[in-house]
Amino acid sequence: MSRPTALIVRAPGTNRDGDAAFALELVGADPHRALISEVFADPRLLHEAQMLVIPGGFSFADALGAGRLFALELVTRLSDELTAFVQAGKPVIGICNGFQVLVRTGLLPGGALTVALGENFTDGAPTGFICDWVRLQPVSQKCIWTAPLIDDIECPIAHGEGRFVCDPDTMATLVADDQIAFRYATPNPNGSMAEVAGICDSSGLVLGLMPHPENHVLPRQHPQHLRHHRGGLGRALFQAGVDHAKDI
Amino acid sequence: MVDVHAATGRQHRLTLRPHHASGTATTITVVGDLGQHDRERLEAILVDPLLETGSWATTIAAAQLDIGLIPGVTDTAAAQVVHAAHLLGITIDDASVGRVIDLGEVDIAGRPDEAEIRRRWANAVIERWSIGRPVEPGFASGVAMSVATEHVELPDDDAAITALGKERGLALDLAELHVIREHFAGIGRRPTDAELETLAQTWSEHCAHKSFRADIVLADGSLGEPLLARLRRSTAEIAAPFVVSAFDGNAGVVQFSIDRTYALKCETHNHPSAIEPFGGANTGVGGVIRDIIGAHHRAIACTDILCFGPPDTPDDALPDGVLHPRRIIEGVVAGVADYGNKIGLPTVAGGVLYDPAYISNPLVFAGCIGVAPAGRPALTGPHPGDRVVVFGGRTGRDGIRGATFSSMEMDATTGDVAGASVQIGDPIIEKLVSDLLVDAWDLYTAITDCGAGGLSSAIGELADGIGADVELTKVPLKYAGLAPWEIWLSEAQERMVVAVAPARVDALVELAAMHGVEVSDLGMFTGDQRLVVRFEGDPIIDLHTEFLHNGGPRRRLEATMPVPMRDATVPTVDDAKATLLALLAHPNIASKAAVVRRYDHEILGATVIRALTGVRNDAPADGVVLVDPSDTDGIAIGIGVNPWYGIDDPEHMAWAVVDEAIRNVVVTGADPSAIALMDNFSWGNPTRPTTFGELVAAVEGCVAAAHAYGAPFVSGKDSLNNEYLTGDGTRRAIPPTLVITAVAPIRDVTLVVTPDLKRPGNAVVLLGRTLAEFGGSHTLMLTDDHTAAGPAVPSPDPAARARYAALHAAMLRGLVDTAHDCSEGGLAVALAEMCIGGRIGAAIQLDGVHADTTVALFAESAGRIVCEIPAESVDEFTALFAPDAGPVTVIGKVADSSVLCFDGEFELHVDSLVAAFNGARR
Repeated sequence: MSRPTALIVRAPGTNRDGDAAFALELVGADPHRALISEVFADPRLLHEAQMLVIPGGFSFADALGAGRLFALELVTRLSDELTAFVQAGKPVIGICNGFQVLVRTGLLPGGALTVALGENFTDGAPTGFICDWVRLQPVSQKCIWTAPLIDDIECPIAHGEGRFVCDPDTMATLVADDQIAFRYATPNPNGSMAEVAGICDSSGLVLGLMPHPENHVLPRQHPQHLRHHRGGLGRALFQAGVDHAKDI
Repeated sequence: MVDVHAATGRQHRLTLRPHHASGTATTITVVGDLGQHDRERLEAILVDPLLETGSWATTIAAAQLDIGLIPGVTDTAAAQVVHAAHLLGITIDDASVGRVIDLGEVDIAGRPDEAEIRRRWANAVIERWSIGRPVEPGFASGVAMSVATEHVELPDDDAAITALGKERGLALDLAELHVIREHFAGIGRRPTDAELETLAQTWSEHCAHKSFRADIVLADGSLGEPLLARLRRSTAEIAAPFVVSAFDGNAGVVQFSIDRTYALKCETHNHPSAIEPFGGANTGVGGVIRDIIGAHHRAIACTDILCFGPPDTPDDALPDGVLHPRRIIEGVVAGVADYGNKIGLPTVAGGVLYDPAYISNPLVFAGCIGVAPAGRPALTGPHPGDRVVVFGGRTGRDGIRGATFSSMEMDATTGDVAGASVQIGDPIIEKLVSDLLVDAWDLYTAITDCGAGGLSSAIGELADGIGADVELTKVPLKYAGLAPWEIWLSEAQERMVVAVAPARVDALVELAAMHGVEVSDLGMFTGDQRLVVRFEGDPIIDLHTEFLHNGGPRRRLEATMPVPMRDATVPTVDDAKATLLALLAHPNIASKAAVVRRYDHEILGATVIRALTGVRNDAPADGVVLVDPSDTDGIAIGIGVNPWYGIDDPEHMAWAVVDEAIRNVVVTGADPSAIALMDNFSWGNPTRPTTFGELVAAVEGCVAAAHAYGAPFVSGKDSLNNEYLTGDGTRRAIPPTLVITAVAPIRDVTLVVTPDLKRPGNAVVLLGRTLAEFGGSHTLMLTDDHTAAGPAVPSPDPAARARYAALHAAMLRGLVDTAHDCSEGGLAVALAEMCIGGRIGAAIQLDGVHADTTVALFAESAGRIVCEIPAESVDEFTALFAPDAGPVTVIGKVADSSVLCFDGEFELHVDSLVAAFNGARR
């Protein structure tokens, strides 16, 4: 298959779907944006896709904790289809709000493990929403999204609830099972445990991360591009996912 | 009041307490027949054990303060609870979300009094509270009923009719009340309350801009051209080919390239932000975005300019009824961030200004820019027979009489009486509306948004000259109990009105359903030039559209023109080094990163030059540049504002801020031959001749500058009566505050320029002349009382236009590595900012700038730009500037060290500059 279909699912309040679509198109995918109501009405949209993307935003306003309702909608109406999607070996990515959604559905980290993404909290105080640039170190060799990456990725964060939290045993399991996908290589922006910026499930197919690699797919999007900064493009991540999806 | 649900045991209250102790917990109260199993399932969804603990309890501790929303205030979290319960198959009738605060953990002695609660935790405009027992939840079903329509007797006596207008909050003057009385006497009946309110909203300063349309009576008795006409005429005379539409409809429209147009708009939301900072700023952003989508464009970016009292203002310096600047700052910034971040638009450009004059009257300027493909057929409706269709959010009792409220002065009672004038936005609904409109652009013949005045102004405007007949019972409501006039006047957010040909209504309804947007057909545009509004079939309004829109008397306002002092006074600066550090640390100049980082400025991937720039992303940029990832060309946005110049010399202030906005886009590489401008005037009471005279002078300055640069105004907005009457009768007015936004095309994204120094050995070149101009300057503020009259405010530079054209030519040749404008704090601050950006020093000689070192370092003369030019290109660069472009002075070079050195004066390490600039604010 030359251009794998990437289904980008939107809930009310999703707002980085266009940015994800641009990034995916750039690396050879055929992005298809659909409202959750469309997917519920016609689950074939999911079956026929080779990749699933849950993009950033404030789904249902995130008024009571990020991603809660979007996750509940997916679990209530599409649980079996999502499990089947991953079992078919198809890659899934949740970015920012999408990461929060995947965690609340239980798809991440998967199994009996639970993690959470809490309010940004540094130096003993909540910081609120933060928009800034970070550098991400790819870690997991199991994750199909990060294993092919050679260089760090530089991209913005834009979130208020990105503090990765879990208990010490869960952290030990995630490390031992190679499920830490990304760590912040620049100062921890949100108080995440062990600088964790993203994790994958035990199959390595499902990735969730807080930062926005889709907003650094062109060199000119980097703040220092006029100082001849190059590299660190987030498109490498999407390329990895699309390369994997092509072979399904 | 007996709480029925609590008494019957149907009310359940869940408290969510975060693990990191902050002394505040969230409360969720639901009403329904819930069993233990239902509560467990709800808790499993609403509580994340890794982040918080949940507990069901109907009582609180004696030292806890419980806060909830007043019924009718938008509560998006409660809607989410209802939605979650529905998905779980649990039936709940209603929900309310609040918060409970542990008073024991805060540093106060004993139980706080009402004033303390208002000052520190709660806002009586939207919230209510109790200590030691749960506050009654603000269920939507608890909204009180209103009275039905009544007919109003307009008394013959002037004093009585004035009193009636005041009592009803109509904000109409005696002449206007006379016209209304005579009109209804002529048709032989009394007006209904709804008709009076409709006229008051439509004729309000906020909607009708009476002062900008008024005849101007000058001191010698002669009449001056109305201000709006003056601005419009200048745009017509400049006749720029890129202007598609100016001062018409919801926004100005420009076209810089063959394939697309941009819509530009900037609004003020000052009064609402003073009494409810979060909601006021929040809905200000929502409103200006609706202006753009109502102008048939897709919004792509937001701007915001905020004016506050100093954060360190002592409590006892606050007039009665005024929130502390810290509360206002926190609320306004959170409100701007919430709306922009959630709707998914980058908030890219702006400013934050601090001055004691803004303590009782903060200013919030919210702007938005949109894009659309060129060549779409213009909207031609409404046509007789078209349907009147409203869609988006539901209508509630929020925001009643906002337009008249915004047109009055404020005092200590404003927060109490105007509570209903403030709304909380719901950006998610507006996002749905916006997405729908992108798909539905060819389904309607006319469109406008519901802003001030609600349906009355939206349908009223669309019906101008054609007429409409609508039924209010078809308007979807948030809750029952609204009087007809409340439905008609409500400024509930996120609503649009369109005119739709009958054959296309079904298509619009179907598309809206897919997008999850509620639509309602209220009636039709008639063609009989009457605005008829019915409730259950009975007309409550029947007004001729000509009277509604053109029946008001034209105002005459006296203007006493200011006589500015323009002396070349130079302040005494004993220690230039300390002064530079003090300037960098001044709240108006220091880093705004703490605010900028609260806004998502990366979404859509188009932000090529950000508000923060340089090696560490912490130096200030001038303009910002947006280029869509799929394009190679885009736009630059620049802002100019300086109220301190306005105190001394409104005319030169206006010219200076137009120049600054233009320079801010020119230094990024934008084309100086195609600049569009927006004006926003926030002023005091225009019926005071000196205040109006200052406004007239500022408009003169704007018009003169627009002609000088060939840059037309395409859109504008004025907010007058920004005054506060304190308890002891003192009147506090804001300084004349004019915000100019400049938008210009970036023809080639590869040729943009930032203001951070790049390479040691490059030449540092100053463009423009430096004069002894310190009026309103920040250096004068540090050394003297800035209100002292005398020193000259920066004057117009006739060579500036040629200079910017020459600089642009140099940029097209790739000769310019860096460009930065000189503004507050003069050349010294400009160079310091460039060094901070590059984390590199510079060696500067001041003798070529001005003979007086203080003038050379700190004067704020307009039209100046500092450039970094590769040493080998200096001759080629200089040759591009003809004599009419003013002086081009090589003043030094980028250093091979981290020291900014002013030869023979002083030197400072970049680390010191960074420390002063970033301070504790970083």
